[in-house]
Amino acid sequence: MKKIHFSEWGIESPRYWGMLAVLGAIIAIAGGAVYYMEHNGHWVTGMTNQVVWGMPHVFAIFLIVAASGALNVASIGTAFGKKAYQPLGRLSALLAIALLAGGLAVLVLDLGQPGRLLVAMTHYNFKSIFAWNIYLYTGFFAIVAFYIWFMMDHRMKAWYKPVGIFAFVWRLLLTTGTGSIFGFLVARQGYDAAILAPMFVIMSFAYGLAVYLLVLMFVFKADGREIGAGLLKRLKNLLGVFVAAVLYFTLVYHLANLYGTENHAYEAFILRDGGIYTLLFWGGWVLAGCLIPLGIIYHPALGNSRSGIVAAATLVILGGFATVYVIVIGGQAFPMAMFPGKTIVASGFFDGVNGQPMLYAPSLPEILLGLGGVALVLLLTFIGIRMLRFLPTTLSDEVADPQHAKP
Amino acid sequence: MSSTEQQGRRGFLKKAATAAAAVVAPGVVLHALPATAAPRTEAVNAKVRWGMLIDANKCADGCNDCVTACDKENGLDLVDMPEGADEAHWERQRPRWIRQVKLKDNLSGKITNLPMMCQHCEKPPCVDVCPTGASFRRADGIVMVDRHICIGCRYCMMACPYKARSFIHAEVAEKLTHTPRGKGCVESCNLCVHRLDNGGRSTACQDACKHQAIVFGDLNDPDSAVSQALKKYPSVQIRADLKLNTGVRYSNI
Repeated sequence: MKKIHFSEWGIESPRYWGMLAVLGAIIAIAGGAVYYMEHNGHWVTGMTNQVVWGMPHVFAIFLIVAASGALNVASIGTAFGKKAYQPLGRLSALLAIALLAGGLAVLVLDLGQPGRLLVAMTHYNFKSIFAWNIYLYTGFFAIVAFYIWFMMDHRMKAWYKPVGIFAFVWRLLLTTGTGSIFGFLVARQGYDAAILAPMFVIMSFAYGLAVYLLVLMFVFKADGREIGAGLLKRLKNLLGVFVAAVLYFTLVYHLANLYGTENHAYEAFILRDGGIYTLLFWGGWVLAGCLIPLGIIYHPALGNSRSGIVAAATLVILGGFATVYVIVIGGQAFPMAMFPGKTIVASGFFDGVNGQPMLYAPSLPEILLGLGGVALVLLLTFIGIRMLRFLPTTLSDEVADPQHAKP
Repeated sequence: MSSTEQQGRRGFLKKAATAAAAVVAPGVVLHALPATAAPRTEAVNAKVRWGMLIDANKCADGCNDCVTACDKENGLDLVDMPEGADEAHWERQRPRWIRQVKLKDNLSGKITNLPMMCQHCEKPPCVDVCPTGASFRRADGIVMVDRHICIGCRYCMMACPYKARSFIHAEVAEKLTHTPRGKGCVESCNLCVHRLDNGGRSTACQDACKHQAIVFGDLNDPDSAVSQALKKYPSVQIRADLKLNTGVRYSNI
């Protein structure tokens, strides 16, 4: 392994500014969507008093979960001392910050009173996991910013490892907090399960790494940098392990639910009768998000081709969106069990009459807001790597892989 | 004098009187306020716990009087459907503090009618999850929302096991002084707190129920009608498994 040099992203200016312009335009459209929704009120969205969290929350939660996962690559290099991952750390940390910023932007712009964000900084209810998350999220920004500094500044080398370990612990807490937003909800059948917290952690491993892989491969290809086949193989195998773990947690979550009779109706809804939610569970969460990527990653030919890895990572991300959709929207669409042993046959407030699920169809402005968040992530990342030295000049195996056998 | 002229004069006088009333009334109200607000000088305390018992046997099929009364009392009938909204979709978005629910027992087929609203839990999940503390429980047991610090995150709506809360999805042009409401905040039944704080001892839904299905009062006072009724008849809490110790109890469901 040779000394690694870092440099700014060197793509031609017109291409760089062109990409920023496109991303800026998407963000501007999202801004227009926010104005439209906030000016009129949420009646212009698909959200109702039954399904209170909609598409913006799906995007926000996916991005926030992926944020902590994107930092994993850096953590493996620092906290676990794997030398091959250390050159990857800077981009990993930058992407983590960008993903969190994108997710939080979507989340706060969907608030009924986004202008009162300051209130959320001055009034705290510490029994609320939301209030804790405000600290966990802002803390994450600060810690990862220091982490990047210490990675880049050799004078701070002594602090590199302690801060890396601290950031790793913090990100575990952060995703535990995000999973607990749902895990702590006793009211709804689909939530109220402690396993949701570790499941979100493992989801973050998979989604964050998938996003990282795609961004790494794209920005390296764009300015002609090399990624060694050996390194790519490590990363895709790691993705395989994470995806398998997501599948395992999915299995345990549903098996535990299926064991207890009280959850049978909910399981029948998600696994069999839930229409779009059933389709997204099997087709998105399980097939596209887990089984097909696993098949690609461990396929002797596909797994070693770059397009195979891109396809696998893309599917993990699409499957991830489906997963979050099933959890967030599916969990609300299933009627709450208020009267066990009885069926609601009429209601003045849509209480799931005859077991019918709550209706929700995402509206265009909600989707545009979410896409704006994604564009913001890429915009921040591209500006970051263009301005500062986040990218190793090469990740060829002879330079970056400590176990690379000399020819 | 012709009758048309007379009518014109009458109309003018009427208008003038209305206009004068409109100008003077706020002043009168302002002057009158200290008198009605006197009881409020004493802080709300836990000596009282407001609650109610609902007898589902008395609740009549097809009757919607409590809902109508609540809508009127709390200005929910003033929340208009925004122009261009889809009616069926708006029905799912308009606020409701109380609603009629009709149940069928899966085994016996017995039909039960009952009103559902905020159950005013002693340990409310909505209060637990609210990040800013906007969702709060008063010492006298009323669970409500401080509209000044509600940021509209709707986490309380995710957490409420009774689906009791509503989010204000649109601009509200007209509102009542005692029940202000604004787009982007969450709200729910507050047991007609404006009545209680001004010395009233009943809720609009109770007053409207001609079947006497709702008994409201102080759960801490052993002599109150609600305490007496609770002592006399077996009652249940909805989702008693959550051990929230609700202030609203039901009998005969």
